[in-house]
Parts: sequence; structure tokens; C-alpha cells
Amino acid sequence: MSTTGSAKSPATDLGFLLHKHPARAQAFATAHGTAHVFYPEASERRCTAALLLEVDPVTLARRAKGKGRGGSPDVALADYVNDRPYAATSLLAVALGNVFSTALKGICRTMPRRAAEPLPLRVEIPVLPAKGGAALVHALFEPLGWTVAAEPVALDERFPEWGDSRYVALTLEGRQRLSDALRHLYVLLPVLDDAKHYWIAPDEVDKLLRAGDGWLAGHPEQKLITSRYLARRRSLTRQATERLELARLAAVDDSADEEIDNAVDETADTEERPVPLAVRRREAIVAALRAAGAHRVLDLGCGQGQLVGELLKDAAFTEIVGVDVSVRALAVAARRLRLDRMTERQADRVRLLQGSLTYTDSRLKGYDGAVLSEVVEHLDPPRLPALEYAVFGAARPATVIVTTPNAEYNVRWETLPDGRVRHPDHRFEWTREEFRRWADQVGERYGYRVEFGAVGEDDPEVGPPTQSAVFSRTESTAKGASA
Amino acid sequence: MSERRVPLPVTDLSLVVLVGATGSGKSTFARRHFKPTEVVSSDFCRGLVSDDENDQSASADAFDVLHHIVGKRLAAGRLTVVDATNVQSEDRAQLVRLAREHDVPPMAIVLDVPEQVCAERNATRPDRADMPRHVIARHQRELRRSLRSLEREGFRRVHVLRGVEEVAAAEVTLERRFNDLRHLTGPFDIIGDVHGCRAELAELLDRLGYELCHDAAGRPVGAAHPLGRTAVFVGDLVDRGPDSPGVLRLVMGMVAAGNALCVTGNHEDKLGRHLRGRQVKPGHGLAETIAQLAGVTEEEPEFPDRAREFIGSLVSHYVLDGGALVVCHAGLPEKYHGRTSGRVRSFAMYGDTTGETDEYGLPVRYPWAEEYRGRAAVVYGHTPVPRATWLNNTICLDTACVFGGKLTALRWPERELVEVPAQRVWYEPVRPLAGQAPGGHDGRPLDLGDVHGRRVIETARHGRVAVREQNAAAALEVMSRFAVDPRLLPYLPPTMAPCATSRRDGYLEHPQDAFAAYRADGVGRVVCEEKHMGSRAVALVCRDAETARKRFGTGGEQTGALYTRTGRPFFTDPGMTERVLDRLRDSVGGAGLWGELGTDWLLLDAELLPWSLKASGLLRQQYAAVGAASRAVLPAALAALRQALENGADVAELLARQGERAADAVAFTDAYRRHCWPTEGLDGVRLAPFQLLAVEGRSLATLPHDEQLALIDRLVAHDPSGLLAATRRLVVDTEDETSVADGIRWWLELTAEGGEGMVVKPLQACVRGPKGLVQPGVKCRGREYLRIVYGPEYTRPDNLARLRARSLGHKRSLALREYALGLEALDRLAAGEPLWRVHEAVFAVLALESEPVDPRL
Repeated sequence: MSTTGSAKSPATDLGFLLHKHPARAQAFATAHGTAHVFYPEASERRCTAALLLEVDPVTLARRAKGKGRGGSPDVALADYVNDRPYAATSLLAVALGNVFSTALKGICRTMPRRAAEPLPLRVEIPVLPAKGGAALVHALFEPLGWTVAAEPVALDERFPEWGDSRYVALTLEGRQRLSDALRHLYVLLPVLDDAKHYWIAPDEVDKLLRAGDGWLAGHPEQKLITSRYLARRRSLTRQATERLELARLAAVDDSADEEIDNAVDETADTEERPVPLAVRRREAIVAALRAAGAHRVLDLGCGQGQLVGELLKDAAFTEIVGVDVSVRALAVAARRLRLDRMTERQADRVRLLQGSLTYTDSRLKGYDGAVLSEVVEHLDPPRLPALEYAVFGAARPATVIVTTPNAEYNVRWETLPDGRVRHPDHRFEWTREEFRRWADQVGERYGYRVEFGAVGEDDPEVGPPTQSAVFSRTESTAKGASA
Repeated sequence: MSERRVPLPVTDLSLVVLVGATGSGKSTFARRHFKPTEVVSSDFCRGLVSDDENDQSASADAFDVLHHIVGKRLAAGRLTVVDATNVQSEDRAQLVRLAREHDVPPMAIVLDVPEQVCAERNATRPDRADMPRHVIARHQRELRRSLRSLEREGFRRVHVLRGVEEVAAAEVTLERRFNDLRHLTGPFDIIGDVHGCRAELAELLDRLGYELCHDAAGRPVGAAHPLGRTAVFVGDLVDRGPDSPGVLRLVMGMVAAGNALCVTGNHEDKLGRHLRGRQVKPGHGLAETIAQLAGVTEEEPEFPDRAREFIGSLVSHYVLDGGALVVCHAGLPEKYHGRTSGRVRSFAMYGDTTGETDEYGLPVRYPWAEEYRGRAAVVYGHTPVPRATWLNNTICLDTACVFGGKLTALRWPERELVEVPAQRVWYEPVRPLAGQAPGGHDGRPLDLGDVHGRRVIETARHGRVAVREQNAAAALEVMSRFAVDPRLLPYLPPTMAPCATSRRDGYLEHPQDAFAAYRADGVGRVVCEEKHMGSRAVALVCRDAETARKRFGTGGEQTGALYTRTGRPFFTDPGMTERVLDRLRDSVGGAGLWGELGTDWLLLDAELLPWSLKASGLLRQQYAAVGAASRAVLPAALAALRQALENGADVAELLARQGERAADAVAFTDAYRRHCWPTEGLDGVRLAPFQLLAVEGRSLATLPHDEQLALIDRLVAHDPSGLLAATRRLVVDTEDETSVADGIRWWLELTAEGGEGMVVKPLQACVRGPKGLVQPGVKCRGREYLRIVYGPEYTRPDNLARLRARSLGHKRSLALREYALGLEALDRLAAGEPLWRVHEAVFAVLALESEPVDPRL
């Protein structure tokens, strides 16, 4: 951080304002290493203060380790190969808050006037992790009166095809009060980093309010800043309890966690912001189950339990079993349905089971109805016959309702790029013709009659967004099973 | 007391119900004749639930407990004796029902002792001394009343011991069940449904090596095998075909001479009823048999009687060969093996039917074999199929000879099929033959019960390996959502532990420690194999799509699979997989390994390079990112520090330290860059196989590594495409210091040029030491390479000192458990065991991989 000055107001006043003497190099112990403050230049005309945080990588990794043998609540932070020692992250923000705590509050007994007035400031951060890229860096700092230069850092010049890293080299210039500048950095560094890994103190909200005083309320990106700053609390707890085994399996394969642990979609399809199509789909399914006279029903691939919740509202359904392969999705469902707080009578109606539709499962036999809503497209096509057998051949409910996206409708989705599927985990999306062919074949093989339906507005040209089929059992034993 | 002993036969698996008044000596009798754990007494159960063995108010609960224990014992196949008065028919009825539920015969032993004796005995027992006399009297009355009805109540055997003398003289002798021939170990030749096809049977016996003998009229009346093999017939000898009496004559002769066993088929059962003079419908080919018998009777008037007697003697199924083999007519679930009841007999003869009939008027059969998970192989017939195929350790040998198919025999324990074609269509089938054997369709289903929840897998090399529930749950998600078809996933590679942590300056791992550890384990010769830094890949290569379909039961045109350590397809594009398999196939063919190893497929363990091919996501997110951040920030920091130093600040030490960090950052970048290079399609992709795991009928995992590598070298030599990469190696003698020094030098050279390091394995592959299985290999990673694992700055002395505190115990134990499971999967695959058995072990490897262990090891 540098400032310029003149004989009347020398740049070296920065030292007074920061409470750190320009002639000395000082070191401060912090939780994750040593913070060094020194001045590369300190003259009347120009003064630069440097904060260097020397992170101890071994302590960092060890700290992140949880209790028990090899237990680790925070897989990525526990990694020795970590950008924290090099990038300007929450660790630096915390160090900044500690080392310059008085300056951050805008207090300077020696020269209170200088502390209260804007200075010409220049801030350089060589490596700033910025989720959202240079554009977001501009969007966050410019409304605060900074002139922003954010240069993306290449991942590896040897491999230009890898493109840019998530880091930018940031330079800010502007006339700001020193305490404002420090508070901007204190809040916005971790927000830009958006690390999933950040230790949480109970007073995090207060800290944000204090540091954001006077500038956050009017900031156009206030919502993003607040949610990123505070959102980590939830994901950290979830991480600790639900993801470890899966994260390890991802690591075994040299894959990122998200490649495997993606059963719970946090950005879309939540109960708080219901996607209208999902609501209509559930209505259609409940109506079809009622029409079939089903009382004991299976929601196969129940995900976070939205349909199970809908079925619970209808007393006609006396036994509702939600099955999903993702333990994490089931945990979310249980929480959302408040299973632990239900009356015994209500709780008796519902069960959530971990299961897999590529295995036969004796627990699923003997039900009136089963729902496969937006499930088949999450299976690789070669595994579909196993699902068909497990559901139609082995479990054999009287009625099976299948819904799946209609690929033809995708052209009507303006936000969906050409040729893309609607969800990254969709292994395929069928046209109406493909769906019909599949459903007819399954019906024929396993002794079910098939009727097709639509959910959502039925476009005359490309059909409805969601297509559905109701399978009704016509033979009590699968043909495929008799020999 | 009399010395005379009167034998009291008791079937070795039955429910023995003692009947007698209080004081009649039941407990004493039970103690004398049975093991204490075989006896369940109502008094004891009363004590369990009420702390008082005589508290009659606790009787209801006590009998609940008693029935529960009895049920558990019978389910486990254990002889059980109920010590209670059982003088009331309602009490006995419950026990009879319990016995039937578990398909064991109930039998009663009545202790009919005079009332006076009972009273005297009770008087001597303080806890019963004040029992009213009328209780005994009532018991006696009820007992008398019961005696007449016991057999009617369902007791298959009733022994009444009258008086103290008879009770004392009785000597319980255990009798084997008729179906229990576990002591017979064969070898056997099990023969499918003959249905009167006498000529084909004679030809089949001949092909199996039996010598037929004939009577004066030239009719075959027996056959014996020079090596003493035993033929076993699965029933349905008769009906439909041209010479049912001839088949009966031959088989009866073989059985009588002890050269054959035979179980009853439904057609024998029906013929038997006809021969006993019952009214039966002559359908399904019985009319032909009746006519043929009429012809025979003119010459052999006694034949129908002999046939009736023979059929009457046939049991429903046999348990053979120490329990490893069950032969019956129509199949049998595990819980019925060795059991005796009407429904076991009926299942064995007719199979499991749903009660419905199909459009041809034939019963709809339930696919019991798909759910079969038993350890014993079940060999049966009854359902005509085009060819005999194993399904879950069961096989149907009815290959429709009478309908113009073939007559099939299974050699046991060789598990070879021997067939002779039918001479003609002897009988038109009512319904077209099923296209495939039961379960042979897209199912071959795996059941969740095979993998879900806490499980214990029995391994041949390392005992029982437990899988915890949460680990199985994670594996289920990955296996279901991401893995290749389990039929093409017969193996997952185990994890490998590093060598013991080195104390040498500057090193965390060093070969010295690997050699020393093997030496301590008594392993002399070890092989050091270059460790390729890529991604682990297992390749299943079939000769062609037909082989894949036949051997692994898949559909479509795929000729194998190429998958990662967690069973995910290596390439998302199946075309890429096929191109890799094509090249491998060329090499295998060129090297002549198909013929030499007698196989149409092989499974190999390999490393696929470059690392950047599969790990590119992680590389960008983590490794390259850390490199980029460090290379961007440190020069800026150094510049600022130099400037401050010039201006007189005291930052010399800090500057020096940051200089070292900058050098470490560059070294780190070099370390990951060595394992990255661009690829286009298969151009630039290398596959380094280092072990042949299995071929048809044989696991190669225990083949010594020098032989393994010789095979691999031939593969590489015969690869025209340049895909395959050789694995450099050096054999080291851990006892010889020079050799050890050579090994260390070799490793230093290997890692100096940027190699990941090496793996040290006992040359003999699978080695057992005094403490059990020896680690099958340890890795010894290079100093520079470890920056990718422990971070750019790990080599600084204070960092190294702390990192040395790593603990290897759990990793080593995990490596052994996974290794044993991998071997188990391969052994099961080689033995042709059912899919679920192979999958069970493979799944367990995946589950163990989610155990919490230091990921840097």
C-alpha cells in the first residue's frame, strides 16, 4: 500500500496512520504464521508499506485436521499443496485486521485530521483469488471509488491451453480514508476468494457490520458480499458431517470433490425458491398416483424430499418411502421434512432409505406405486437395464410413474446453450420419440401398460418441457423372469 | 438300573419334543442324551423373563422366548430339544408349526412315568415341594389323552417310554438324514433330464467314460466308471421320449450297483402315483411311458413293481461333497438344503411357481436362482434351456434333449460340461424354448443385500475383512452413479503403503528403509519397479464382443472396459476405450498370449499417462494454481524486500527465507510439469501395464513378478502402436549390501531425472511371513516428486522434522486388507463364481478406500 505526499503533508505520515514505524521492519505472530510489516520506500514524496504474511504450511494443514485417526473436517485446507501461503485470502484479511486494528478503526491520536481525510492511495495485491474473475473485482471495488486494474494470472505459461488461473494481480488507486481502504480489503478479500474453507467465529455477523459500516449498505453488490461472507458457516458444518467418505473416494481418483459429490444441487430447485416446473411436476405425479388408487408408494430417487413432503400432505398415502443413493440428499430431506419432530403417527407414514436402483432391493417389493421423477437421465445408458429390472422386474409396483426432460423443448430455453443438457449430471436427455420407444419396450418386457403424458405447457412444435409415462402392471409376474 | 440299552433313533436335524408330567425326569433325560446347548427348557426361559423358574404367571413370555430360541436354532440347522411338559395339544401344535416353518421333522419322546414317581421326585426339590398333587394328576390325564393323537398332530416319529425302566434303558442314537450325503465326495457326473432318450443317455455315459453292461437281451442294465466316478441324475428320467423303461432299467441298475445316485423328478412322482394305482392324467408324455411299460411287462412281468419300488425310494435332493454340492430336480433355495418337509420335496420337484399359468397352460415359474446367494452349488434340471449356464452358483442341466436339444452332464468338481446332441426331436415342445437360461437376460441382477450396510467378507488369504456401514454407503453412491457395469468390473486395485519414514537428512522416503523392512520380514529377493506417474487404470480386454457377451454377460458391442481406481470409466467416450482395447488386443495377439494362456480375455493392471490426461481438473484447480500463485507473488515480495533492504530496513533474514521459498516454488512447478503433456486422441497417451491379473480360469496375481514382467515385456514388444510403455525394474537381494546399494543408486538416478519413484515388491508376489500376509509392495517416492504431495516447501529441515511424525499403521493395514480383497475377487472370478460373489469383494475394496487414512501416504 503506497501513498504520495509533499513537504506539507509528507507521505511518511502513512507510518503514523498505520501505527508502524517506516524505518523498522516488524513481525507479528498470527494464528497461521508470522505477519511482517516493512517499508520498501519511505520518503516525503512517496511511502509504501508492505504486509507479508508468512504462512506455515505444515501448521496450516495440521490445524485443519479433525479429531480421530486421519479425521479431517476440511479436506482441502488439510492439503499441504495449498495456495493459502501465496494468495491474498481470508488469512491475509485476518492478519490485516490484527496488525492494523487501530488504523482499521480510523483511530490516530497523533494526527486525527489526517486519519479522517482521504489520501491518495495505491494498493497492490500480486495474487488475489477472485471467484467471478476480473469483472467481479471491478464490480466490487469501483462503486467504492477505486480505479481498478485486475490482470488475470495465467495458470502455467508452459501450458497455455489451461488458460487463466482464478487469481488476478490487483492494483487499486483512489483517494480514500486509510481506515476505509483497510476495511474494504478486510471484507472483500475473503468475499472474492469465496473459499469454502474459513473458520467461523460466532460473531461473524457483527464483524461484517462493523467493517462494512458506512459503505456496505449502499453497495450495489451488497447481497453477494453478505451472502458470500456469511454463507460459509453452513457449508462448513455440512462438510464436517456428510461428505468425508465421498471426498476421500474423489481423492483416490485424483478428482475434485464436486465431480462426485454433486447429488445435492445447492443453486437450484430449493423449496424456498420453487421452480414452477418442479411444482407442476409434483402436482402431476400426485394426481397420477391418486388416479391409480395407490396408497403405499415409493419415491425412487427422492433427492431432497420435495415430493415426499408433497405426498405427506395427502392422507390417501398411508406409506411413503423415499429412496436415494445419496446419503447427503437423504440427510437434507430428513432435515427439511423435520422427521425428528413429527408425531409418531405421521412419522410412521414415511421412511427414507439409502438404496440404489441398479441393485434389486427386497425392501421395495409389494408397493402400489413408484415414482421415478427426473431419475433415469442420471444413469449412464448401459446401466438402464439394471434399473429397469430392479424396478419393473423385481420390485414390481402396480403403477410406475416416470418423468424425464423432453430434449426437444431445450430450444425454448433461452439460457440453455445449444446442444447442452439441463443439468451437468444428466447423462442423456430424450426426445419424445426416444422416450416412447424406451417406455414401450420396458412395458412390453415386464408386463406393463403405458400411457404418456406431459408436464408444463405443451408446445405445438417441440412438446412439453417434461414428459411423463404412467406404467400400469398387467401381469403379476414379469415375463422376462419366467423361463 | 438295567444295563440293557434300547436304541432310540433321532434324526440329526429335527425338533425333539419331550412330553411328560412334571417330575417325570425330562430334564435329566435331556441332560443325559443331548448337549446342554441343544436343550431349551421352559423353566430356564421362565427364569430369564421373571427371575423365577417356577413363576407360572410368566409362562406366556417364557414360551415366546423359548419359541424364539428354537426358531433361531432350527433356522441355523441345529438339532433342538424342547424340555417342557408339552402335555397339552395346543402347546405341541405350536412346536410342530415351528418345526414345519423351518422344514425339519418334529419328533416326540414321551416319558410316561407313574404319578407316584413324579410326586416323589418333586418332593425332593425344594422349589417344587409344595406343588399340589392335582397338578401331576392333571398332567398325567392330559398325557394319556395325548398319546393317541401324537402322530396325527404331525410328529413324524413318536417314541413312548413307559416306566422308569424304559426311560433308563433308552439310548439316543443320531441318524443321518436321507438327503445328507456330504461324506460322498465323488467325483460326480451330474446328468440332466433324460426323458426316455435312452440312446442319447448311453452315448453320454460313454463319452463320460462309463463302461456299459448289458443283459442277455442286449439291453443296457448298468454302467460303471473305471475311475470310480459316480453318476447323479437330476430326475425326469421318464416320459415323452422313446424308451422310458430302458432309461429306468439302466439307471436302476447303476443305482443298485452304487454307481449312480438319482433324485426324484416330477415325472417320476407322477409315474409312481400311476404305478401305485392312483388316478392321474396321462398328459405331458405319461401316456407314452404307460404304453412303453405295457410292452416291457410282457417280457419282464416284475418290471413295473421294480420301477415302483425304485421311484418310491427316490429322495427330493442330495447334499454332497462336504456340503459344496446340492443336486435336485427343479432347484432349491439355500434354506431348504438338507431339510426334509413336504414343501421342500415339492419345491425340489416343481420349483417355485407363482400359482399362475401362462398362455400354454404351463405354470409360471419364479426365478428363484436369481435370488440364490448360497455357498453350495445347486445343480438341477426341469426347465428346458438352450444351453447350461451358471447363474449365482446354480446351473440348470435340462438342455431339452427330448425336444431335439441336447443331453448335458456336468463334471464335478471340474465344472466341465459334456454334451451329446439329441438324435431327433422326440417330442414337440408345448411352448417355445426360452431364449436364454433363467436370469441370463439383462438382469443377472445384483442385490442390494450383497453390498449394503455393515458387512464381513471372508477372504482366503487374510481372514475376515469388515466393511463399515458409512463406507459401504459412500461406495454404493459411487458404484451406482459413476462406475462401469459391475459385470465388467471384476477387480479394483488396492491402495499401497509407502516404505517406513526415512531419518536421512533431506529425505522423507528412501529405499534403504524398504529393503530393510522386507529383509526383516524374511523376504530375500525383491523387485524394484519404476513407478509411472499417471493415473491407475485397470483394463479388461476381451478377444471380441462375442467373448464379452458370453463370458461377462454384457450386451452391445463393447469388448471390455478401461476403468479407474474407483471403477469409473477412464474415458467418457466409449470409442476411446475401444481404441485402447484394440491396441491391447493386437499386442496380446501378436505376443501369442491368447493361446499360451488359454483364454479369450485378460485383465491387467496399469498406469495411464500422462497424469494431466485425467487429473487435469485437479491440476488446474490445485497444483497449477498453487504454482501460479507462488510464482506470481514471490518475485513481487522479493522485489519489495530488496528495496526495503537498500533503504536500510532490517529484512535480510526475511529476504533470504523468501528467496528459498521462491526456489521451492520453482521446484514444485517443475515437479508437476514433468507429468503433464498435451494429448490429442490417443496421441501422446501411454499405457504402462505392470501386472496381468487374471485370465479365464486362473488368477495370475500370485505369479512371481519376474514371470509377470516377462509377459508384460512381450506385450510391449508386440505393440506396433507405441501406446504401451515398458516398466523398468531391478531385482535386489535384501541380504546383500552391494545389491542394496545398487538398488539405492538405481532409485536416485530414476528420481533425479524426475521420476515419481519406485515400488518394491517381493519377487514371489504373495508372501506369508510369521505375522501373516507380508505387504505386497511398498512405494518409495522421489524427493522432488513428494513436493506434489507434501507441498513446495516440505524439504526445509523444520518442515521435514514435523512431517516425519506421520503414522503408517492404518495405511499398512488398509493396504493388506484391500490386497486380500483384490486377490479374493480374482480368485472368485477365476473359479467362475457368481457375479455377486466377485462384486462383493470388489465393492468392499471401494468401500475401504473411503476409510479415513492420511491421503498423502
